[in-house]
Amino acid sequence: MRAPRQAVEIVFDHATKRYPGRTTPAVDDLSMTIPAGEVCCLVGPSGGGKTTAMKLVNRLVELTSGDVRVDGKSVTALDETTLRRGIGYVIQQVGLFPHMTVAENVATVPKLLGWSKRETDERTDELLDLVDLPARDYRSRYASQLSGGERQRVGLARALAADPPLMLMDEPFGALDPITRTRLQNELLRIQDELRKTIIFVTHDIDEAILVGDRIAILREGGVLAQYDTPEQLLAHPADDFVARFVGADRGLKRLSLTTLDEVELEPANGLVGPLLDGQTTLRDALSAMLTDGARAVVVDSGDGTRKQLTLDRLAELLR
Amino acid sequence: MAEPVIPDFGEASDCVAENRLFCTDWVRENWDPVLQPALVEHIKLTVIAVGLGFVLSLVAALLAHRFRHVERPVAFLSAVIYTIPSLALFQLLVPVTGLTVTTVEIALVGYTLLILFRNNLAGLRSTPPEVLEAARGMGLTSNQTLWRVELPLALPAIVAGLRIAVVSTIALATVAAFVVSEGLGGPILGALRLDFRTEIIAAGALAVGLAILADALLVLAQRAVTPWASARRVT
Repeated sequence: MRAPRQAVEIVFDHATKRYPGRTTPAVDDLSMTIPAGEVCCLVGPSGGGKTTAMKLVNRLVELTSGDVRVDGKSVTALDETTLRRGIGYVIQQVGLFPHMTVAENVATVPKLLGWSKRETDERTDELLDLVDLPARDYRSRYASQLSGGERQRVGLARALAADPPLMLMDEPFGALDPITRTRLQNELLRIQDELRKTIIFVTHDIDEAILVGDRIAILREGGVLAQYDTPEQLLAHPADDFVARFVGADRGLKRLSLTTLDEVELEPANGLVGPLLDGQTTLRDALSAMLTDGARAVVVDSGDGTRKQLTLDRLAELLR
Repeated sequence: MAEPVIPDFGEASDCVAENRLFCTDWVRENWDPVLQPALVEHIKLTVIAVGLGFVLSLVAALLAHRFRHVERPVAFLSAVIYTIPSLALFQLLVPVTGLTVTTVEIALVGYTLLILFRNNLAGLRSTPPEVLEAARGMGLTSNQTLWRVELPLALPAIVAGLRIAVVSTIALATVAAFVVSEGLGGPILGALRLDFRTEIIAAGALAVGLAILADALLVLAQRAVTPWASARRVT
């Protein structure tokens, strides 16, 4: 097996894209740094240029001015096919090759890079297992024999095949039903936990961005960066009215969903009555449980036999 | 052969003498000298015509796929050829190429171009846009995309075009007899002049049978080269 590749840092440096004949740029003077191994979500309304900004990285869209650097090197320094073979690419419609089997689809980039057949086969099986499609059952199927969720899993495996340090994902789960979407979001987090790629993830869904993003860049119409921050900061301190409206009036609740009971300091239980919850429960669900039960606290079994509690007042303090 | 066949050139059987609808004895006697050679010639005429027509139309379709402005002149030219009646086309060609197989083949090739060009081009353009985007995004060059993605996906349309071209060429090649005595058109034309029913029916049936067989073979070939198209849902 080849050694896993180190993730890379991506820098947008005054990156600008203007299409001929348009008055406003699609991406306007975008500057931001995505640290190696982090997931950066690009969100914003349609016309915000989020997909365009992402495509500047693999040069499916060419820069008008400014620069995009991957691992310190300008994307314009490499020829575009070499550049793209080193970047995983996942799109909403997946775009599996219908005439190739699942295994052949996954092997596309390794084959372009001239890997040996044995190495390619091993890698293919390993990746199918990673995306939870047992290789034995799935390797010789065609795309027409897969469900939507299975297709996108194959799309993800195909993008990961040559172990690229960087992945671009364009609304990858946007066409899936909510249950499949949630499952795949969690799988992506699990895989990312293991692989630590640098990922640019385009979505129009702020909840998805909060769930999968280490950082979120909000773009407004005209491709202007409105705010680039961690989900926590974005929800706690939106830069302006646009961002505040975009993240939603329930941003307080969304912030609560970022943290679990285990992650906050709890008080020793002092006899208050409330629902007994698991430490993995998010604060948002804990609040919901209090409201449902009409209680002013929740109780957590801390595992060592003692019980701790979180009161409504303490929860309000945490949000400040 | 197990039993000796004594050809009877002197007198025709009653069946032939009375020109009944179909005389099997005549067919048996004339299979080797007349019908079989005509059938083989007919197959040759068809294979050469469709083969050349396919190569020409595929090159034209590949050019039109890459350079859009090629499409209209090629489509126009092949449509114009297609509208010329075959006998008139022979008339036009005979002064140039004479009463030769070349004359026949030029005409037959010409008639395949419209169908083959259109189908080949439609096939090449049938790749879904998201598949093309994925191919580009993964770093396939445009040539790699053509050979590994667009051409394989064009196969169903290409074979569909070939089926029509083969069947129509087999039918049309009988007209070659007006120029050269090749193919099943020879016996048909000769028998028409004599109003000899057995020969018309026998040669005609061979042409029809050949067309049906060729079409069936192409269907099988298509299944073999496009396994994904017939893949069943696994549950």
